[in-house]
Amino acid sequence: MTATTATATTRVIREHDRPLWQRLLLTREMAIIALLIVVIVVAMTTVKGFAQPITLNYLLLDVAPILLIALPMALIMVTGEIDLSVGSMVGLASVVTGVLTQAGAPFEVAALAALAVGVVGGAVNGFLVTVVGLPSLAVTIGTLALFRGLAVGLLGTTAVTDFPEMWTALAKAKIAGTTIPYITVPFLILLVVFVVLLHFTPFGRGIYAIGLSKDAARFSGVHVERTKFILFVLAGVVAAFAGIFFTLRFGSARGDNATGLELQVIAAVVLGGVSVFGGRGQLHGVVAAVLLIGVLSSALRLANVTSDVINIITGGLLVASVVAASLLAWAQRLRAKAGPPLRSAAASTP
Amino acid sequence: MTTTTSIRRSGLGKAIGGVGRAREFGILIALALVVIAATAKNPNFLFSADGWRDLLLTPSILVLVAVGQAIVIITRNVDLSVGSVMGLTAYLTGRLFIDIPGIPIIVVVIAAVVFGALLGLVNGALVAFAKVPAMVITLGTLYAYRGINVLWAGSDRVNASDMPKDFLALGTAQLIGIPVLAIVALIVLAIAAWYMRNTRAGREYYAIGSDPAAAELYGLKVTRRLLTAFVLSGALAGLAGVFYAARYGSVSSQAGAGWELDAVGAAVIGGIAITGGVGSVWGAAIGAMLLMTINRALPILGIQDFWQRAVVGALIIGAIVLDRLLAVRQKRRLIEARDES
Repeated sequence: MTATTATATTRVIREHDRPLWQRLLLTREMAIIALLIVVIVVAMTTVKGFAQPITLNYLLLDVAPILLIALPMALIMVTGEIDLSVGSMVGLASVVTGVLTQAGAPFEVAALAALAVGVVGGAVNGFLVTVVGLPSLAVTIGTLALFRGLAVGLLGTTAVTDFPEMWTALAKAKIAGTTIPYITVPFLILLVVFVVLLHFTPFGRGIYAIGLSKDAARFSGVHVERTKFILFVLAGVVAAFAGIFFTLRFGSARGDNATGLELQVIAAVVLGGVSVFGGRGQLHGVVAAVLLIGVLSSALRLANVTSDVINIITGGLLVASVVAASLLAWAQRLRAKAGPPLRSAAASTP
Repeated sequence: MTTTTSIRRSGLGKAIGGVGRAREFGILIALALVVIAATAKNPNFLFSADGWRDLLLTPSILVLVAVGQAIVIITRNVDLSVGSVMGLTAYLTGRLFIDIPGIPIIVVVIAAVVFGALLGLVNGALVAFAKVPAMVITLGTLYAYRGINVLWAGSDRVNASDMPKDFLALGTAQLIGIPVLAIVALIVLAIAAWYMRNTRAGREYYAIGSDPAAAELYGLKVTRRLLTAFVLSGALAGLAGVFYAARYGSVSSQAGAGWELDAVGAAVIGGIAITGGVGSVWGAAIGAMLLMTINRALPILGIQDFWQRAVVGALIIGAIVLDRLLAVRQKRRLIEARDES
């Protein structure tokens, strides 16, 4: 761990040796955004039917749950923790909504209850990680099974499909005059909230500080435990919200809704430049990465490539992106060794 | 972490020295309780030929995967691709029988194990040489291997009729009342346990997991050990794939999906610390048995099997909380012991 921290710190210092334009443009986030644009352009010119406006509708509806959950997940991963239970929370929130609606509760009440379940679930994760002091990977593997088990246990193999027409229609409705679905609005609001939270508040700087060095952050007065707890609760609540959307979009609450979603979210977040060691990552990269995977899969589906190739590409992209970053760092180290002395070295010679 | 392990071994007072062993013993008692409860409700759970066979047979496959996973976790890494590796080798097994009629069973087993080892080698090389966290790499290969599997198999599935009778018989065959697959799993487990406990390589896994930086400074061959750990995990998942084909007789492209979390869960329940350096493969194997046995016992105990995953989740959380409490208590006693001396 010390070794990682040391490299992270030197990386930050080295970062500030580069001119401003390099720091802004030659980043991993920009590489992902550039790749996204290239893929969109290629898809529009070569894939028949991709350039139609309706593609955007399906694409956004498909990636909406991942987009939503990727926001809190990115923050959690910047602190160096992880939450594997989000996919199960989507399922649990979906089932809670369904069961309560079936029992006669108004949909609004059921949805609020599902959000409350999200808060409680996130708080359980947060409590076990921050108060009991357990590794989040182990905790959330446990709650992954627990939440999914509750969801499947509550509903068995049945499904609730009877939801108010008004709400199911809203989940699929498009903003007047465009093909953009309404779910984009809450997403954009959340995006603004999370961007401000991460990049423009002391709370957000604290998140980076925790990821770089937990001890240093604590000595600098960052509330390490409280910050992490809040983030886990946020992840729970956003996952529950995604669960309600998921239910409405497909008009069906099932125990196995969104199984495996957590891995898709984490893959996208890592692809977007968030370091699994913590301390590094920005939200525009994360959003671009989710969209990149979404665009790729919808373009391939339109090109009649089966979904399995999409899996290979998701996995391949993920591995390639981290390996490329690590090769780049290796090449830089080689150059630093062989090349002319750096500024610091020059300064030390009398 | 180093302190915890070394203390467990130094046997500071019989009571505390036994904590490491007691941990596995606790899981064993839990397993016994589940079996006793289920048997009390329905004697056939243990005392019928089928019940006895299933008790040993069903967990065998997960035991293999969990042992491999345990070795990787002990080095402070994780292998999320085991489910996909298992699926691929299970399909390979079926494919070999279809494409090469009359191929000897032992050749197929070796081919599957070697193939699994190769897939593990890819993981290991990416982790050890590219210095990328195992979690990310194996998450990537989880998708990639599964994708290759679906691409290869398409909507095809290997059916029991495609495989030789001798091979399928292996899935249920018994030797002096014990299923052959369970015997193989037990032998593999015993060898792995001996390797991890008594050989230099085995101890180095623990050293690396306890403190990677210190292991490197001390001159341990960290890269080679990490490679071996992932190769072993892949090979064991490969063997599990053959078992899977023999046991279930039918392999689709989704075989083994989701097993990675069961394997990690089994290891964690069995006392392997996710932060590395702590635990034994026996624990992981007993954890795997407990997971699978609960799965079968719940319906007998009158609980719908839908709740099985919830019980598993509660177990995992209970196990890690227990480990934490034990570690905290041990640390306090150690500090007291130091202050006294």
